[in-house]
Amino acid sequence: MQISLLLEMVAESFPDRPMLSGPQGAIEGGEVLARARAGAAWLAKQPGETLVFCGLNGPTLPIALFAGAMAGMPFAPVNYRLADADLRKLLARTAPSVAIVDADMLSRVEGVEGVTFVAREAFDAACVDPANRDVDLAPSEQDIAVLLFTSGTTGEPKAAVLRHGNLSSYVVSTVEFLGAEEGEAALISVPPYHIAGISAILTGIYGGRRLVYLAAFTPDAWVDTALAEHVTHAMVVPTMLGRILDVLDKRAITLPELRALSYGGGRMPLPVIERSLGLMPQVDYVNAYGLTETSSTVAVLGPDDHREAIASQDPAVRARLGSVGRPLPSLELEIRCPDGKVLPAGQSGEIHVRGEQVAGEYLHKKVLADDGWFATNDAGYLDEGGYLFVEGRLDDVIVRGGENISPGEIEDVLREHPRVRDVAVLGLPDDQWGERVAAVLVCDGEQPSVAELADWVKARLRSTKTPESWDFRSELPYNDTGKLLRRVLKTELTTPAAA
Amino acid sequence: MELKPGSRWKSAVCTTEVVIVRPPKTPVSLECGGHPMVALADAAPEGLELSPDFSAGTSVGKRYFDEAASIEVLGSKAGKGSLGVDGRPLNLKEAKALPASD
Repeated sequence: MQISLLLEMVAESFPDRPMLSGPQGAIEGGEVLARARAGAAWLAKQPGETLVFCGLNGPTLPIALFAGAMAGMPFAPVNYRLADADLRKLLARTAPSVAIVDADMLSRVEGVEGVTFVAREAFDAACVDPANRDVDLAPSEQDIAVLLFTSGTTGEPKAAVLRHGNLSSYVVSTVEFLGAEEGEAALISVPPYHIAGISAILTGIYGGRRLVYLAAFTPDAWVDTALAEHVTHAMVVPTMLGRILDVLDKRAITLPELRALSYGGGRMPLPVIERSLGLMPQVDYVNAYGLTETSSTVAVLGPDDHREAIASQDPAVRARLGSVGRPLPSLELEIRCPDGKVLPAGQSGEIHVRGEQVAGEYLHKKVLADDGWFATNDAGYLDEGGYLFVEGRLDDVIVRGGENISPGEIEDVLREHPRVRDVAVLGLPDDQWGERVAAVLVCDGEQPSVAELADWVKARLRSTKTPESWDFRSELPYNDTGKLLRRVLKTELTTPAAA
Repeated sequence: MELKPGSRWKSAVCTTEVVIVRPPKTPVSLECGGHPMVALADAAPEGLELSPDFSAGTSVGKRYFDEAASIEVLGSKAGKGSLGVDGRPLNLKEAKALPASD
C-alpha cells in the first residue's frame, strides 16, 4: 500500500480541516493533497530517481514526502548538520537524484555530480503552480518509500530502506483512522532525517491530527510554538525534555493545553520524567522504543502504565517506569542469547522483532533472517509482565571477566546522586578482565570524591559493577537527536593524552 | 483475481474502494455489494445491482477481515455495498487504540 493513499483518504474525507501549520499559517487537507500532486507532476519532469530533502522542518517536508511517493521517487532526507564534506559525500550516494535544498544551504552542496539541486522556494512554487495542477499522474510502481541514513554512531552512515508496505502497515495497524479529536495538534521538533520525523507525518495525518512544525529545536521556540499553536501532543527526545522544563521553570508557566507527551530515541533519565510529571500532572506520558529499521515504534509504555508504576508500592511495577512498555500487538518480539535460543523473562539478551512494519534492510543488503526476524543489536530483557527493558546497544554491553554488565543500570544509579548531572558508563580494554567499567561524569557544584561515588554504586549494585576508572568533564558528547556518543568517549579514553 | 498486498480494488455496484492489507492464503473472490470487485484501473462491468444481503455499507479507514481466508482489507473509499469473500460477509476489525508515540 502506497503511503500517498493514506493522505488521499484523509484529504478526501475532510478536505477543509487544517492539516499542516508552519510560520506561514495553516494548510488544509485538500490543499496539501493538491500541492503534493502538483509537486509529483513537476518532479516527473525532472531527471533523477531519488528525491533528497536537505533543509529545516516545515510543511514543505510532508508535501515533498508525498510528492516523491506519487512520482515514484524514494524520499531521502539528509542531515544538514553534517560537515560540508560529509554532506556532499552522502548526496553523491543518492545520485541520480533531485535535491530540494534550503536556499541558505545551496552553496554548501552545489556541484555534486548526478544531483539536480532545487531551492526549497522553487519546489514550493511548483506545488502551487496552476500548470502542475490537475495533471493525471500514472500510478507508481516504486515500492521503496524512504531511504534514511542511520546516524552513524558506529561508523559510516548506512542507508536504511523503508518500503511503502512497511510504513503503511505500521500506520494502519497502530493508528485509528481520523481517531483524533477535533483541535488536536502535534508539535514536530524531531529533525526531518530522523525516523520519528517521518513516522510523525504518517501517523499524525492518518489519525487526523494537525501537524505543527518548528523549523529547528530550541527550548524557547518549542515552548512559544506550543502555546501559540494550542499544541496538544508532542514527541521529544530525552535531551529536549530537560531543556523544555528549564524554560517552563524560568518563565514560571506550564502548558495547560498539552495532553500527551511521548518520548523516545534514547534513555530518559527518571528524574526528568518525575520532574515533568510534577509540573504537568494532566499530561499523558508515552515512552516508545523503536528503530529506523522497524519503521519507528515497536514497544510502548502508555499513560496508564506510567500512572500505575508511579502509584505502585511493588518495586517490580515501579521499575516499569524505566521500561519501554510492551511490544505492539501487531508484531512479535523475543529476547535471544548469542546461540539463538529464546530466553525466558528476566534474562538479558539481544532483542529480536518480526512483523510487517519491520524492514530490516539497507540499500543492497537485506539483514532480515529468512524467517522474517530482525536482530536489533540492542540488549534487553522482558519482565514477568511482558514489559521490555532496553539496556542499550549490544556493542555497549561491558563484558568484565565473563560477566555482562549493562552501562544503563550503572548510569541510572549514578544519576540519582544529588551532585551528578550527567553520566556515561562504558567498557575500556583491560589486561586482566578483558574490559573494565569506566564512568565519565558531569557534576554540579563541588565534585564528589571518587571514594564517595564508588561507595554510592557499591551500596546499590554489586562491586563488579562499580566503575574502576573515573573521569570528570564539563559536558558529554551527544549527537543532535540526543544519542550519547559512547564511541567518541571510548576513543578519547583509550588514546594516550600525549598522542 | 490476484489479491496482492497493496493492490487496490473497486466495487462494481457502488463507490466502495479497498486496498489489500493482508492477502488471502488461498485464492478467493473478493466481493462488494454481492459482486466480485474489479482492479482499480479496470472498467467495471455494467448492469449489476447491489445485493440486499450486502448493502450494509463500507467505511473509509476501517479494516475488514475473514478468518478462514486470512484476508484483511482496508476501506479507502466509502460506499453502500458491504464486503465479502466467496459469498461470506467480511467482519469489521476492532481497532486496538494505541497511544500516539510519534
